[in-house]
Amino acid sequence: MKELEYPFDASWILSNRRKIRRSLLAGNRNYIEKKVAVLGGSTTANIIQILDLFLMNQGIKATFYESEYGMYYEDAVFGNQELSAFHPDIIYIHTTNRNVPEVPAVSDSIETIDVLLESYMKRFRTIWEKLSENYACPIIQNNFEMPLFRLLGNRDAWDKHGTVNFLSRMNQQFYEYAEIHKDFFICDINYISADYGLKEWSDTFYWNMYKYALNVNAIPYLSFNIANIIKSIFGKNKKGLVLDLDNTLWGGVVGDDGVENIKIGPETPPGQVYLEFQEYVKQLKQIGVILNINSKNDSSNALAGLRHPNSALAPEDFIEIRANWESKDRNMYSIADAIHLLPESLVFVDDNPAERHIVREQIPNICAPEIGESHEYIQNIDRNGFFEVTYLSDDDLKRNEMYKENAERIKLLGSFSDYGEYLCSLNMRAIIKPFEPVYLARIAQLTNKSNQFNLTTKRYTQAEIEEVSNNVNFITLYGKLEDRFGDNGVVSVCIGRIDGDVCHMDLWLMSCRVLKRDMEYAMMDSLVSKCIVAGVVKIRGYYYPTSKNGMVKQFYETMGFSLVSESPEGTVWSFDIEKSYTKQNKYIQVEVEV
Amino acid sequence: MSREEVFEKLNVIFRNNFDDDGITLCDVTSSEDIEDWDSLEQINLVVAIQDEFKVKFNIDEVNAMKNVGEMVDFILEKMGV
Repeated sequence: MKELEYPFDASWILSNRRKIRRSLLAGNRNYIEKKVAVLGGSTTANIIQILDLFLMNQGIKATFYESEYGMYYEDAVFGNQELSAFHPDIIYIHTTNRNVPEVPAVSDSIETIDVLLESYMKRFRTIWEKLSENYACPIIQNNFEMPLFRLLGNRDAWDKHGTVNFLSRMNQQFYEYAEIHKDFFICDINYISADYGLKEWSDTFYWNMYKYALNVNAIPYLSFNIANIIKSIFGKNKKGLVLDLDNTLWGGVVGDDGVENIKIGPETPPGQVYLEFQEYVKQLKQIGVILNINSKNDSSNALAGLRHPNSALAPEDFIEIRANWESKDRNMYSIADAIHLLPESLVFVDDNPAERHIVREQIPNICAPEIGESHEYIQNIDRNGFFEVTYLSDDDLKRNEMYKENAERIKLLGSFSDYGEYLCSLNMRAIIKPFEPVYLARIAQLTNKSNQFNLTTKRYTQAEIEEVSNNVNFITLYGKLEDRFGDNGVVSVCIGRIDGDVCHMDLWLMSCRVLKRDMEYAMMDSLVSKCIVAGVVKIRGYYYPTSKNGMVKQFYETMGFSLVSESPEGTVWSFDIEKSYTKQNKYIQVEVEV
Repeated sequence: MSREEVFEKLNVIFRNNFDDDGITLCDVTSSEDIEDWDSLEQINLVVAIQDEFKVKFNIDEVNAMKNVGEMVDFILEKMGV
């Protein structure tokens, strides 16, 4: 829903929240369900109501646990039956500088201040440790916003007696904790309160009247920010940008004005604006955002524009370039198809409201943000949090390279008449082994992101993946695939639960970037040998249909399983392991565990 | 702005807030009359009113508003009508 994307009208959202909820529910979308516990150090009612809307807009239907007023510490440390029974998937701790009632006095010694700081930190560390011990789920923790007044004026910033200094030091220690704890995330209210305007954010009316630690009008900004962290953790980030060219990546129309006259580069103010935008897009590429072009232009003009000497971006930075006279929604579909992504995981960036409109109308749940004037493009894309970075895997950093390599593979395919011959020519090498600590982040990420080649669509947090990998009753396998064009990274994951002599496949997924490479056969071979070692004689496969995983409906049949039962929830398949099992993979050289 | 106009706008705010088009306000309408109108909803109403009429209430004023009629009086007073 466009109204719930940045830039949004916060007061409209507040006063129409019930209507918005009703119309979101009427949308009949497929939601993933998540249980969110909110532990507050001040009133959280409205924060939850608005968070609910933003999550729903991201495809997450949440149920909430809300601590009694101000009971964040008690709930976390002493436990609470209701919270235990709730089994949260994620916990948000809403504390603010209102929860730091005692701050250094000017007469305090430095030692006294350090002791005070440590006592607060001990309190928070106890909360975090207890929570992860009891619930083994991701935790989102607010940092502290800056205080409303500065007793020492500017000195408050550097003098250890200053509250600005004290809160900043607390924040620093929070960050150090985040650095070494994988499932711990900071909700940066220090930044968003500054962005909103600290004076307005801290309006004491709402505290004195209703014990809200922030201006109620600012709540949509807070809730939006929390929703972005949550959707990112649960694999709902956008994956790529699809950009227009004329008046989006440069000023002017290259076909009319000529490449020498487009506005790009530091010489002129408009050229400077577009250059900064291009540099921002290039930075997005570095965090794994896939870049594509969708422009009404002759291909030669488009490429000439991108080769402009002042351009920060070059044609090589893009995976798919559609510079043609097709309608933009069709190009969107063809790009999504070519890179095996769902159209809704792409963000369409175009200065032309008519193009945004047609794309929004034609493609369900697609984001085509209101990017404003050229100097506002960056903030309007950035503030939307499309690519909120929670887990950053090596794969994210290399993603564009991998897609580029894929494009080259497709080119190579064109030169073979026989598909097997093509697969041979790729010189594929795979590593298929039980989960290893270095890949846990990537494995958890895959379980949350893979929708199409995913038999059960079961989602795991990193903590759960770790648990499974340490449990002897589970067979776990990850598959990593390399070929002559490069390393695809970890692309396939299997989790089997052993019950007696039967192995139940809780999860079998593969990244769509390695479709039709026979990787699934290599996984099957390794699974069978693991099963034999574990004394398993029968593998049970489960297929649970979703709106997105139709491509694997007959997967188990292809793998040689036979159908056991069929119900509205899905199908159950069975495979008898025989001594005479012959390996099915012919093209990939597999390195297994020794 | 007349008292009637304020009433009309207030009615829209209430209907939106409670998502109930059956609400028709009068002077003596109070939290007793609207089921969902509790202290947490009070803040939403105050925020929406401040936004609509471009006024700002202080704590004493909000505490003194016992029914819709008094709300309207405060709004008119704040607007300098």
